Amino acid sequence: MNAPAIGQLEVVDGSLDAKAPGGDIRTRWDRHRFEMKLVNPANKRKYTVIVVGTGLAGGSAAASLAELGYNVLNFCIHDSPRRAHSVAAQGGINAAKNYPNDGDSVWRLFYDTIKGGDFRARESNVYRLAQLSMNIIDQCVAQGVPFAREYGGLLANRSFGGAQVSRTFYARGQTGQQLLLGCYGSLMRQLEQGRVKLFPRREMLDLVLVDGHARGIVCRNLVDGKLERYAADAVVVATGGYSTVYYLSTNAVQSNATAIWRCHKRGALFANPSFMQIHPTCIPQMGEGQSKLTLMSESLRNDGRIWVPKKQADKRAPKDIPDSERDYFLERRYPAFGNLVPRDVASRAAKQMCDQGYGVGATGRAVYLDFAEAIGRLGENVVRDRYGNLFDMYHEITDENPYKAPMQIYPAPHYTMGGLWVDYNLMSTIPGLHVIGEANFSDHGANRLGASALMQGLADGYFVLPYTIGNYLASMTPGKVKEDHPAFGEAEANVVGNVRKLLSLKGKTTARELHWKLGRLMFDHVGMARNAKGLVETIDKIRALRAEFWENVQVEGSDQDVNQALEYAGRVADYFELAELIAIDALSRDESCGCHLREEHQTEEGEAVRDDASYSYVAAWEYTGDFGKPRLHREKLEFENVHLATRNYK
Amino acid sequence: MSAQNGTGPRSYKLKVWRQPRGAAAGKLVDYEVAGIDANMSFLEMFDQLNDSLLKRGEEPVAIESDCREGICGTCGVVIDGMAHGPIPNVTTCSLRMRLFPNGSTITVEPFRAKAFPIIKDLIVDRSAMDRIQRRGGYVSMNTGSAPEANAIPIPRDVQESAMDSAACIQCGACVAACPNAAAHLFVGARVRQFALLPQGHPERNERVLAMVEQMDAEGFGDCSNHGECEAACPKAISIENIAAMRREYLRAAVGKR
Repeated sequence: MNAPAIGQLEVVDGSLDAKAPGGDIRTRWDRHRFEMKLVNPANKRKYTVIVVGTGLAGGSAAASLAELGYNVLNFCIHDSPRRAHSVAAQGGINAAKNYPNDGDSVWRLFYDTIKGGDFRARESNVYRLAQLSMNIIDQCVAQGVPFAREYGGLLANRSFGGAQVSRTFYARGQTGQQLLLGCYGSLMRQLEQGRVKLFPRREMLDLVLVDGHARGIVCRNLVDGKLERYAADAVVVATGGYSTVYYLSTNAVQSNATAIWRCHKRGALFANPSFMQIHPTCIPQMGEGQSKLTLMSESLRNDGRIWVPKKQADKRAPKDIPDSERDYFLERRYPAFGNLVPRDVASRAAKQMCDQGYGVGATGRAVYLDFAEAIGRLGENVVRDRYGNLFDMYHEITDENPYKAPMQIYPAPHYTMGGLWVDYNLMSTIPGLHVIGEANFSDHGANRLGASALMQGLADGYFVLPYTIGNYLASMTPGKVKEDHPAFGEAEANVVGNVRKLLSLKGKTTARELHWKLGRLMFDHVGMARNAKGLVETIDKIRALRAEFWENVQVEGSDQDVNQALEYAGRVADYFELAELIAIDALSRDESCGCHLREEHQTEEGEAVRDDASYSYVAAWEYTGDFGKPRLHREKLEFENVHLATRNYK
Repeated sequence: MSAQNGTGPRSYKLKVWRQPRGAAAGKLVDYEVAGIDANMSFLEMFDQLNDSLLKRGEEPVAIESDCREGICGTCGVVIDGMAHGPIPNVTTCSLRMRLFPNGSTITVEPFRAKAFPIIKDLIVDRSAMDRIQRRGGYVSMNTGSAPEANAIPIPRDVQESAMDSAACIQCGACVAACPNAAAHLFVGARVRQFALLPQGHPERNERVLAMVEQMDAEGFGDCSNHGECEAACPKAISIENIAAMRREYLRAAVGKR
């Protein structure tokens, strides 16, 4: 079977209504809030909302909806909501507070985010995000989040990539953990008050549609294996991104694409699936048995300098290479932003240096991140204060002391800008199905700036969804669908079929081995650099691996028990389907933008060359029943407030 | 932690606690693993064991983990008698196999405590800790009602000290390490964080009384004063947090407001 010629895919224009309001961008959100329908406070308790996920987006949404008076059913894959992978975010959260008095504003954060995303995000959404960034910091401080402070007792800021102002708030290298504890606390309070029912150790395995509206989910209880049905008036999916398609990523080992993929197969369009962020500063792969990669926060680029030897295949120890024989390639190529260029630019530059033979370390797939200059300037104690836990983590993993020798880093899959398509109200193409946080595609275009993921997750959950979901709920009668509706039976039968099939295969290979092969394929050909020939071949190879999976995978145990092999195999099965869509999306976007570098479209220096005339759109894919022939819906992007320009970080 | 026994592939003998779901008793089962890279993590060694069990048609060992970088608190087993293994201030997922001499025998058991019933093999139910958090591990405030973030200055040393307590990952190692299976370090850290910060002051008394009441109701024991909790804690949470909790409790109980 050969991959389809992209020209043969069906394209639909004008089918997507983003519901983004017009007029002055500065007042759009205010006006939209006024124009939306409200649910009377006394009626809110009659509505039930399912929230799947308890990370920053899901947890903040569940707590905030419950505070408003809705009944919330909240599901998580972990034993406790506080373990969602938002917990691992290190460096910080952006907000346009302008506390350092360095010229920041809502407009600048908006502009930086649109530009950082290489002009592939929706202006209205991004402006709203920049506005709400302020409220988020207020909210989190009031919850008792111990953000870093100056000696006078006021909040401290640091810098992140893609910005020339300091707008990042942080709690040591554990910002995600502290923000998540804030929203976990709010969630716990609502549990205690009985407004939220929590269902831990559950995995959503299907979405239930009644008359075309999302009305419930089917999930598997991960302790006793039983399938459970839950009905509601609306469903919110906040299950994060899908970087784990690449096997080795910075995501947690349980992070997966199953919830959003099952929604996609039920009719939700999947937008920009190939927009995959490969983060520049991760600890390089150390062996074949490795299960994940560890991020070293972007905040390290405030003080660390990235370099490679000027001589190819230079095997000298870094301390023996004099400064004159080092190439600080980011500072050389991008003097204005230096080591703080956006992630896509930094990752690509590191890959190019390694491809040309300048890489360091045992495999030659690494560059140095050096703190010697910072330690000399600031002293080891200041560096330890700022980054101590990151240095310790590096030391534990690599057995190398980064206070004495430079870190070695290499890019790794980290975050997915793509996700389920949503309108300005964060509702997908399935009425009633709302998608928030990393699971949607909405705000980051083709590249996310550092410290903006936490901002978006919390903006969606605390300050956007609680209003917009009311607009949907106000137009319906609550409580009409119950768990005995035939649609639940059909969805459950679908899940049972899948589980039985996996348990019946009795093959000779494991899901992990096939997932590893898929990840290798994706990283090499649908990673930091892509080309048409490689993508077409990769699509065929993905199909071959998928066929092998369904013939030859081995899953032991029972479906009525804790069965981690069964859980994992189900997720891997979905990765094979999603991987094909990622590759098709990358093939169909015949331009370079942000993270998406098509080798056919680059400058001599390897910078991305966009084609705004042809590709200034969101690519939203519809599942047609044939993975090789998805239907492309194009949402044209209009830029009224930011002038379309070539990104320049020089 | 220098590399032991060179860099070639290693092999180990494992004694792993196996206990079917719902079974009253379990037992240690012997396994052997080979071809282990010194840089592999302890959990990656288990991935390899489990893949080999699958290929032999045996059921893999149930063991939990998620972030595998020491922050989510999902992982945690007792290794050779020590919660999170032999070196201080790391989680199970952060242990590398270079720490374990080639050819050695490693015994792996679940976190044991009355309040942590075993679900299966090495997985225990730690939901008791969430139930304690429900009773007051937060500031009661609704979304949208917050004042300007810089309205209340907090001295830097106070914020840093609160952050030391807030670093707890709720893994339960302190409970597993304590001869009385007490949760004082975990509860103390949460109580102390909010006792230090001005945002926590309005509910200061109710919080400590309710959380301690729930801690007792869940079947956690009393503090043994052994300090094993601090030694096992992957985040170096100080035993000072227990003293702080006792002070807060006394303050609240005698009604000194």
